[in-house]
Amino acid sequence: MNGFWAILTKEFAHIRRDRTTIFFMFMVPVIQLIIFGVAIDVTIDNIPLVVLDLDGRAESRRLVQALENTQSFQVVGRPYDQESFRRAIRSGRAKAGVLIPAEYSGRLLRNEQAEVQVLIDGSDSQIATTALNTVTLLVQNMSVGRAKSVGEAVHFTPARNASGASALPIDVRPRLLYNPDLESSHFFVPGLIAVILQMVLLFLTSFSIVRERELGTLEQLFVTPVGRGGLLFGKLIPYALMAYGELLIVLVAMVGIFHVPISGSLLLLLGLSSLFILTVLGLGLLISTIASTQLEAVQFSFLVMLPSVLLSGFMFPRSEMPLVIWLAGYLLPVTYFVEIVRGVVLRGADAVDLASSILGLLCCCVAILILSLARFRKQLD
Amino acid sequence: MSEPIFDTVIRTDQLTRDFGDFRALSEITLDVPRASIFGLLGPNGAGKSTLIRMLCGVLKPTSGRGSVLGFDVRADAEAIKRRIGYMSQRFSLYADLSAIENIRFYAMIYGISTERRREREDAVIALTGIGPYLDRLGGHLSGGWKQRLALACALIHEPDVIFLDEPTAGIDPVARRDLWDLLFELSHQGVTMFVTTHYMDEAERCSKVGYLQGGELIVLGTPNELKNSKRVTPDDARRYEVSCRDLPAALARAKSMKAVRDATLFGPMLHVLTDASANPGELVLELTGGDSGAEFRSVAPTLEDVFVILSRAEEARAAS
Repeated sequence: MNGFWAILTKEFAHIRRDRTTIFFMFMVPVIQLIIFGVAIDVTIDNIPLVVLDLDGRAESRRLVQALENTQSFQVVGRPYDQESFRRAIRSGRAKAGVLIPAEYSGRLLRNEQAEVQVLIDGSDSQIATTALNTVTLLVQNMSVGRAKSVGEAVHFTPARNASGASALPIDVRPRLLYNPDLESSHFFVPGLIAVILQMVLLFLTSFSIVRERELGTLEQLFVTPVGRGGLLFGKLIPYALMAYGELLIVLVAMVGIFHVPISGSLLLLLGLSSLFILTVLGLGLLISTIASTQLEAVQFSFLVMLPSVLLSGFMFPRSEMPLVIWLAGYLLPVTYFVEIVRGVVLRGADAVDLASSILGLLCCCVAILILSLARFRKQLD
Repeated sequence: MSEPIFDTVIRTDQLTRDFGDFRALSEITLDVPRASIFGLLGPNGAGKSTLIRMLCGVLKPTSGRGSVLGFDVRADAEAIKRRIGYMSQRFSLYADLSAIENIRFYAMIYGISTERRREREDAVIALTGIGPYLDRLGGHLSGGWKQRLALACALIHEPDVIFLDEPTAGIDPVARRDLWDLLFELSHQGVTMFVTTHYMDEAERCSKVGYLQGGELIVLGTPNELKNSKRVTPDDARRYEVSCRDLPAALARAKSMKAVRDATLFGPMLHVLTDASANPGELVLELTGGDSGAEFRSVAPTLEDVFVILSRAEEARAAS
């Protein structure tokens, strides 16, 4: 541990001097929080809709009103002819169009089947799917409502509920757990903890060692009595401490700004974060033993970061991935940690619930540390 | 200091280092007395840095033995590291730390006690004259001051030996002169120095010089010994300095003349090594193509002569 304090002090001096490091440490999390917490909203609403209402009576107005009330749609235009109706969709001004025929209200009142034509722009599959589901569900509900009232009138009903009123035969009672409002920030912000920690730590640790090699200062250190342990811990501990600072910033922002409460044990979360921080320090050390210049360190870091964002389940659900990609995700420590953070923060999971993820992270940690320390030692000799 | 004073501070015996199949250094045997300045010369890639790295204890020898201050380079590398200073050819201090922060960092690395640190800082600052630049960032110093700062850092723990790997490469002549004055001062204080250089004038200032070529130490001795060496100027040969109007033509002629063993241009002069039996006056007349204004005088060989002649001889020996 010879020279530990000297290197530790010096490393903090570097961090203090280096504006880009400070910017990187504290601005990047803020930017990412804004992007993933606020800007990216995967729930789709206010799909622009045009309505060509040839009927114009109470029943057709009720239908349009019901569509708007779902908040999935926003009526952006009410053209008077077929041509401008179609043009609105073709030009992209509207993503969906509802055509209500002239005899709509009349047919309904006569208990005849009425037709409503719905045109949906399928080019953005996510929007189209939402639009299709919303319209289908809404119209079905309205139909069932009418069917029930008609049934009541003729004293026939498919089923009755506890109080004897006419009801549907099967009553589905869905309840959304953990994130009842389906806020996408609840999904993204906890995962972001893992991604931010990894990104900042990976770049900074690999940089700090590679820079010394590139500048020749590492060579200079080797001819001094500085020990391996002193060098390693003196260089890595400052970044581990900064990682804890980052963790607290993101946690405070998560609870304070995004109102995502930590349902589980904070202690468990901090403990497992330490394990993750240790793993990423090892990963940074590993990169520093492979890269000989800072540029190479950036490239190797991206090689780790990209799959970490895309394959870890942070952005896209892992269950949708092809088998090979799904398996590859298990090679990334961040995959386990995203699962752990979401488990503890959103579902209030404890160590037993998360046993498999904790074990996976532990395996990654041990493997990475063994590999990186072996390479680091070999390079010093 | 309680340990015995060694008169020979650096000693190597058949020191060899291989990198895979490549023999970087082959059976180097030399010794450097206390308070002397040893100059190591040789082309790039001859193994100068490899030798220094082995003596500093960062590179293990493949075979042979070496010791610094009585400590074996293989077994006692850590003991050596505490007692030596090292200054590399490139600026290897922290550019984003100020001069004084760099000095303090090395003071901490060598574990100098807080009480003594002040005293040592003052000593190296006074010696190197870095005082006015203490708060300047390392990266903002000029070449010469960077080297002085590097020297201050290398001296903070009062080392008995300093290894300097091309300390004056790329700095201006005045700074170079100043640095050498500093080295002499240190040498007077009893510090032993091991310097690599490409400059002949620096080699002249060393108490002892060695010339490495292809991993072999082909020349070793004091500058005077070498210049008077029979291998450089044999008994049956004489060395002259010739000045004339058309030097390139004279050089071309010299190379084809039988009595001339060697000819080299030295600035505005031509140095020729001739058979002792030849008459220098006639020789020079022939050499210069009858230039009546040509002058010549007998000269002693320079160190450059020594290295050129001996390395050519070595190449010829290796080729045959």
